[in-house]
Amino acid sequence: MTRRPYKAEFPAHSWWLRHPRYIRYMLREMSALFLGIYVFVLIAGLYCLSQGKPVYVQFLTAVEGPAGLTFAVVTMFFAVYHTYTWFKVTPKAMPLMLRGQRLPGAVIIAAHWLIFTLLSAAVWLLVSF
Amino acid sequence: MSVRCIELEILRYDPEQDESPHFQVYAVPYHDDWVVLDAINYVKEELDATVSYRWSCHMAVCGSCGMVVDGEPVLACHTFLRDCSDRIRIEPLQNFPVERDLVVVMDDFMDKLGSVKPYVIPKEERDIEDGEYLQTPTELSSFKQYTACINCLLCYSACPQYALDTSFVGPAALALAHRYNLDTRDVGRSARADVVASNSGIWECSFVGACSEVCPKDVDPAAAIQQMKIASTADYFLDFLTPWKRT
Amino acid sequence: MARSHKPVIWSLFAAGGTVAAFLAPVLVLITCLAVPLGLLPPEILSYERLLELLQNPLSRLVVFAVLVLIIWHAAHRLRITAHDLGIRNDSLVMIACYGIAAAGTLLAMLALFSPV
Repeated sequence: MTRRPYKAEFPAHSWWLRHPRYIRYMLREMSALFLGIYVFVLIAGLYCLSQGKPVYVQFLTAVEGPAGLTFAVVTMFFAVYHTYTWFKVTPKAMPLMLRGQRLPGAVIIAAHWLIFTLLSAAVWLLVSF
Repeated sequence: MSVRCIELEILRYDPEQDESPHFQVYAVPYHDDWVVLDAINYVKEELDATVSYRWSCHMAVCGSCGMVVDGEPVLACHTFLRDCSDRIRIEPLQNFPVERDLVVVMDDFMDKLGSVKPYVIPKEERDIEDGEYLQTPTELSSFKQYTACINCLLCYSACPQYALDTSFVGPAALALAHRYNLDTRDVGRSARADVVASNSGIWECSFVGACSEVCPKDVDPAAAIQQMKIASTADYFLDFLTPWKRT
Repeated sequence: MARSHKPVIWSLFAAGGTVAAFLAPVLVLITCLAVPLGLLPPEILSYERLLELLQNPLSRLVVFAVLVLIIWHAAHRLRITAHDLGIRNDSLVMIACYGIAAAGTLLAMLALFSPV
């Protein structure tokens, strides 16, 4: 009997469209694009700040238009989605044992969200006062 | 009383006759308590004896009947007809060459399994007279879930990194490496690192997590790999900072 | 097979991802949305106010660390995404992603630490 194993073609560019779990994965990965652009904009802003007030004001005007606001809303979505997915996998990467029992993942995730809330509040207060 | 019929759309491939695979449809009587494997067995026994597929225990412990049912990698013995549509598409596991019909070539996985040294590498050799290793229940519980793998390959079928690059060691093999790395009787983490901590090992994984989602035994290979990433990173920097204590 | 050097970039990726997870939402809120939504007065982003906040070298160091870690996290993740989308030339993708991250790092250094 002759063997002739068949190797199916794999769509290397579009495989992720085949199933919701892969689309969610790509969405998670896409968060990095928006976070990266956002941080670059911040760095550009800090650089403009170092170049004096007129340059900085020009920068502010450039980013405060409707395009900038749209980008900010989209980036906010991806920032929160990144936080949500990052916290969700933390118990898998770092399982914690307490008195011989594994700490439930939900507890670790809840603790992260608590720290997130406290830290966000602290930063808000630091900047606004 | 007429029996309701459902349809099975099974991928067929005869290497001696076919250029490429094609689907063949079979009408199968519906039974409320049947699983997909029962339906395929009906096809084989009553309709078409040439259909080829692997199966054995019919109770989700042997790992033989892994296949893709309506786009999802599942165990055929573990998937009820009542949870499927009226026309069920059945294909072999993805990312493996198809030998014939629903039978895939598993050789790559068998090589990968061997390459991670899936056995206890003890600190020193023991004779039978030395007695058994002593292990507390807590020590056992730290790695027990990773012992549950039945080598069904659903995780390899679901893993897009393995699909993109078959040199990836893969979820099941890496989870097994982790099982031994965590075992208190074992000191082989360093010996396994050449494969596990290589670019084709844990570092090919991008934590899609599909493997853990499809695993029928809750092994959670994704978690195993992430834990090994952290351990390997610690080893890497320790080797750099304290090279005399090579891990 | 030999042990990979990935731990170097992966540590940056993990650190940056953690920093982003905890701080990115509040940063986006404060820098881009709080003023248009009327939650904070526009003076919060004024030239004088920012210079005041960044006066302390420690605060400049913290800002630098946060921005640079997130940029390297994003660079590494986008390198992986390029691979996921079937782009085979990893060397080219590496140069592009890490090159842009390095440029951002340099720009941040110039912005925050050049003698005024």
